[in-house]
Amino acid sequence: MKIIKFLIIILIFQSKAYALIEVDITRGNLNPLPLAVSPLYSDKNSNLFSKKTLKIDELGSEISLIVERNLKQTGLFNPLSKDAFLQKPDIAHLKPRFEDWNLIKAQALITGKVEVVEGKLRVEFRLWDVLAAKEMLALAFTTVPTNWRRVGHIISDKVYQRLTGEKGYFDTRIIYVSEEGPKTKRIKKLAIMDQDGFNLKYLTLGNELVLTPRFNPTSQMVTYLSYFKNLPRVYLLDIETGVQEVVGDFPGMTFAPRFSPDGKKIIMSFATGGNSDIYTMDLENRVVERITNHPSIDTSPSYSPDGKYICFNSDRSGYQQIYVMKSDGSNVKRISFGNGLYGTPVWSPRGDLIAFTKLHKGKFYIGVMRTDGKGERLLTENYYQEAPSWSPNGRVLIFYRETKTDEKGEGFSAKLWSIDLTGYNERQVITKTDASDPSWSSLLSN
Amino acid sequence: MYKNLAISSGLHLIVIIIGTISLPFLAKKPIDVPPIVSIELIQITDKTSIPFAPKAKKIIKKVKAKEQERVVSEQAPPKKIKKEKPEAVPLPDQEIEKVEKIKEKKQNPEKIETEVKQVSEFEKKELFDPNSIAKLIDKSKESFAETTKTTNKITQSQDKNIEPSGLTLNEEDALKAQIFGCWSIPLGLPYNENLLVRIKLQLKPDGTVINSEILDHARMNKPGQGFYKVLAESALRAIRLCQPLRVPTTGYERWKDMLLNFDAGEMLKG
Repeated sequence: MKIIKFLIIILIFQSKAYALIEVDITRGNLNPLPLAVSPLYSDKNSNLFSKKTLKIDELGSEISLIVERNLKQTGLFNPLSKDAFLQKPDIAHLKPRFEDWNLIKAQALITGKVEVVEGKLRVEFRLWDVLAAKEMLALAFTTVPTNWRRVGHIISDKVYQRLTGEKGYFDTRIIYVSEEGPKTKRIKKLAIMDQDGFNLKYLTLGNELVLTPRFNPTSQMVTYLSYFKNLPRVYLLDIETGVQEVVGDFPGMTFAPRFSPDGKKIIMSFATGGNSDIYTMDLENRVVERITNHPSIDTSPSYSPDGKYICFNSDRSGYQQIYVMKSDGSNVKRISFGNGLYGTPVWSPRGDLIAFTKLHKGKFYIGVMRTDGKGERLLTENYYQEAPSWSPNGRVLIFYRETKTDEKGEGFSAKLWSIDLTGYNERQVITKTDASDPSWSSLLSN
Repeated sequence: MYKNLAISSGLHLIVIIIGTISLPFLAKKPIDVPPIVSIELIQITDKTSIPFAPKAKKIIKKVKAKEQERVVSEQAPPKKIKKEKPEAVPLPDQEIEKVEKIKEKKQNPEKIETEVKQVSEFEKKELFDPNSIAKLIDKSKESFAETTKTTNKITQSQDKNIEPSGLTLNEEDALKAQIFGCWSIPLGLPYNENLLVRIKLQLKPDGTVINSEILDHARMNKPGQGFYKVLAESALRAIRLCQPLRVPTTGYERWKDMLLNFDAGEMLKG
């Protein structure tokens, strides 16, 4: 009887315990994350490293400005106005007063310190989670003072990676074809700049027509196509030394040389006997290997990041479409089946998507599809645009867009544009001259 | 003979000089691209427990003191009575209905009592049946089960007139809508991975969070799961940003512990 009573008491007790309530949160907002980039505190005791260029006082705010601009252009972050900041940089760097930052609705905070130690620039920065009132990341960089812009880009990359979970794309360069002069008589030069448009340099003189520059995986070398005496030549250019060499003269139309992921080969298309096929060239022994052999026009090859597959465009079905094959040329499969013509396929560095240009009903689109051809998404539409190139993290595409020439034959321009995978964050990449055929480098610092 | 040779050599020399000057690949200057300078990365997280600056310390103390005061005022009991009051003056018919309902409630315990009585009578009947002793043991078990069930019923009805075990649809929707607005999903997550973060919350009656715990914390340190930390942090940030959470005004015991399943997969996969 006692046992029964005991059991009854237990049952009574159990009846008061509730099962744990579970709530599924399957949606969130895609609004830019509000963050505050406090000007980096400049150590006044440091020597001025260059009176002509920049003072140490200004350096802290200049670096923070680079970080702010970089993060803002991603569309994922909303850097708050510095006018709203309540705490001064020197104290904020030591220990932020989170209440103050919370008050202006900042969810993350970047603080830092700049000093020159024995002629070297030392930049310290910290990323804070304002709501949790804790530090998320703290790093210090030491480099030559003239390299301060790169420090800003590297800080941006580290913050981006910590907050989004993927690598950034700020410490990178863009190579493109700079264009000047009237449409019928354009002077085209190879140009290279930081991804934010600074540090512009011209790599060729403009005497010859240059096309389709592409970086190698380490971003030290560039391959491009140039016409010498009306004959296409594929060149290799070492960016650091300026040494340039001819890879080879190829007969007929030659298109879009591109490096393999290991950097040991160049893949391109050229025409023999009026038939354009895809070939590779081993850069060590200069042996050319034929990859496709089909009476149709096969062009624009691009390797998958693992080097096992190649995507290219071909008109073997009657219309120009995108195909994927193994790197030895076997197992060719058509992957694009939509209306219109597809061209310039480029495999994403992440390996999951292929970017392309599509022409449909007189309009050009930049889009992406999965590597099996499913999930096609058109990101942007315009009068004329093509040649997408991926940012190293596979999040953003850069391409060029031309405007229509008016009746007087004026108004033509070619500019670089970027768009992210959401399709909402479209921006013009500012260049000094008209620009086409952009190619994005890999991250310079890994 | 010598004259011709001299003229020929001279002309050759002129051609070579002109070629050297005019051909671009020979006259090419090294490209002035800034060299890539390696950057030294130093982890300084260990050094970051820096003491507060004296001024900042004072300010923080003041702020904390104010914060504590604020918390005290926040903890003041919510005006529950007001909420329970009907918004409009009830019509006479409704009042009558209410009275009837109350009467029914009063009648409930009596009803259950009769049930109990019935069971006990049944037991007695079976106990005094001399012809089925084997059945008697089984049936006594059954009757015991029935008794306990009935006892449960009594307890629940006595407790709070049967409360729902989870949140109602309206309550759940209100909470979800609030957190949807606070959760900034990191867009860099690999959408082919499992993007579920489960966070157990311990809540105050006003919806502020006493404690939050990531259930699958070990996953953060697994290789290739670096994104999980970013995802979990974003979920925690959403909770902090949203608090006090929109919780029901009643039934605190029911929802004082709650599990939130943040799943970014649905949004990122599209």
